[in-house]
Amino acid sequence: MTQAVEARRLGKTFGRGEESLVALEDVDVSFAPGDFISLIGPSGCGKSTLLRLIADLVGPDHGELKVNGKTPRQARLDRDYGMVFQAATLLDWRTVRKNVELPLELMDFGADARAARAGEMLTLVQLERFADHYPWQLSGGMQQRVAIARALSFSPSILLMDEPFGALDEMTRELMQQEVLRIWGETGTTVVFVTHSIPEAVFLSTRVLVMSPRPGTIGDEIVIDLPRRRDENTREDAHYFELITEVREALRRGEKSRE
Amino acid sequence: MTGRDENIQETHQTELMSAFEGDIPLATAGPSAIRRLGRRYVPAVVAFFAVVLIWEGFTRLFGVETFILSKPSEIMASFFETGGTIWGAGFRTLIESVGGFALGTLFAVLTSLAAARWAGFRDGVLPLAIALNAMPIAALAPIFNNWFGSTNVFSKMGVVAVVVYFPVMINTTRGLLEVDPAEVELMRSVAAGPTQVMRRIQVPNALPYFFASMKVATALSLIAAIIAEYFGGPQDVLGQYIVNRAQLFQFPDAWAAILVASIMGVTFYVLVLIAERIFMPWHVSLRARE
Repeated sequence: MTQAVEARRLGKTFGRGEESLVALEDVDVSFAPGDFISLIGPSGCGKSTLLRLIADLVGPDHGELKVNGKTPRQARLDRDYGMVFQAATLLDWRTVRKNVELPLELMDFGADARAARAGEMLTLVQLERFADHYPWQLSGGMQQRVAIARALSFSPSILLMDEPFGALDEMTRELMQQEVLRIWGETGTTVVFVTHSIPEAVFLSTRVLVMSPRPGTIGDEIVIDLPRRRDENTREDAHYFELITEVREALRRGEKSRE
Repeated sequence: MTGRDENIQETHQTELMSAFEGDIPLATAGPSAIRRLGRRYVPAVVAFFAVVLIWEGFTRLFGVETFILSKPSEIMASFFETGGTIWGAGFRTLIESVGGFALGTLFAVLTSLAAARWAGFRDGVLPLAIALNAMPIAALAPIFNNWFGSTNVFSKMGVVAVVVYFPVMINTTRGLLEVDPAEVELMRSVAAGPTQVMRRIQVPNALPYFFASMKVATALSLIAAIIAEYFGGPQDVLGQYIVNRAQLFQFPDAWAAILVASIMGVTFYVLVLIAERIFMPWHVSLRARE
């Protein structure tokens, strides 16, 4: 079966000479379709860089990277992935509906097809009542849900999320996590999720990849063997806490090995 | 968005005007809206009449000669007596202003789009344009008279177009280029090409800059037309009327012509403001919130 993402000895260095920074070194990963993968680690560990390499927003310096069996560039041009950034990045001059329709416009969908699809997506993120609002009329959490609706509007097989809830308060954040799990369950999309929150990574993922900095590498991989259906009770589950401890210890090991 | 606006202000004129530019309502309803309007405009109206009254009182009290400073009452008398003549002259000056404004804006937008699209063009043409912008363009008026003939309306429109061209071109180019890198990255992630980025990100981003510079240009276009008229040409235009009446010591007539020019300038400005509201409802609503 073709992997959603496959990297072999992938490396990326920013800058040159003494100023250079090795963001990623010899990264091997393989993400199966339908997985929910979290990349976690301290800042500077290259988790965002790995996501941006997959998205073809930056190019690798060495190694090999395949997205749905294609080069990242081809996958991007084929619109194999939808991306959600840390900031919602909604266009101020477009209503919520028009923001969701943006990728569909680029793909030459007709007006009716766009409206129908945007309507479905806004129902999916439970914002159908706000379709004709402008972004500034929404809260931060709602804006980020619009960004998710936009990323999913063209049914990509992969959803890339770069610390999407980093700017939200804890309550909103937990609601958004539920939302993402529900959407993941309904769409069957492969999700690659960058975060620096341990509970968030454990709660959401099927696999957590623990990264360490200078140079950015992947250390431990922790399989989250919680049932796929998760809810507020999961956050009280004893095994959930064991897994959180396991990820935390893996992060510590990663830091110690660099000292 | 307002943060961007602050960078646009090229001349103090805009700053002056921006004090009230966001506040002209398109739709109002209900008594509370009327009260709000009242609160907003009453001070301005009161201040206007206070200035006129002080002006009138000052000139009467100190017996200021009319060729130094005409009384508002004399100016208004002239304004109503010579109404047909000055409004006719005003209309012809307005044609020069609006025609030159349209030409200058058109060429400015074409240049901006080319500069935003092609880096080579930008690097070659923009420094030259900024250097030319330092030139006192009104000084070109005699040369334009020579090129087109002083009685040809294009000799005046040409000066207006050149005056309007630079601020609109420089600001619009800036608006097309100063886009949020995150928005460009978003467009890349959905495989948008350069033309799509231009149409969907750069052009909407430039609209506030474009309208801000056009608002400056409305006043500039009337100034340029009247100055160009001072250098000769048809006699039935505002510039010549003001010169002639001043030479005949008919100062209230000159002041009445200036009043007509001011009324036209404000009207022109308000029309651009209304166009801005129609084309950028999101921007105005953002400002209203802040």
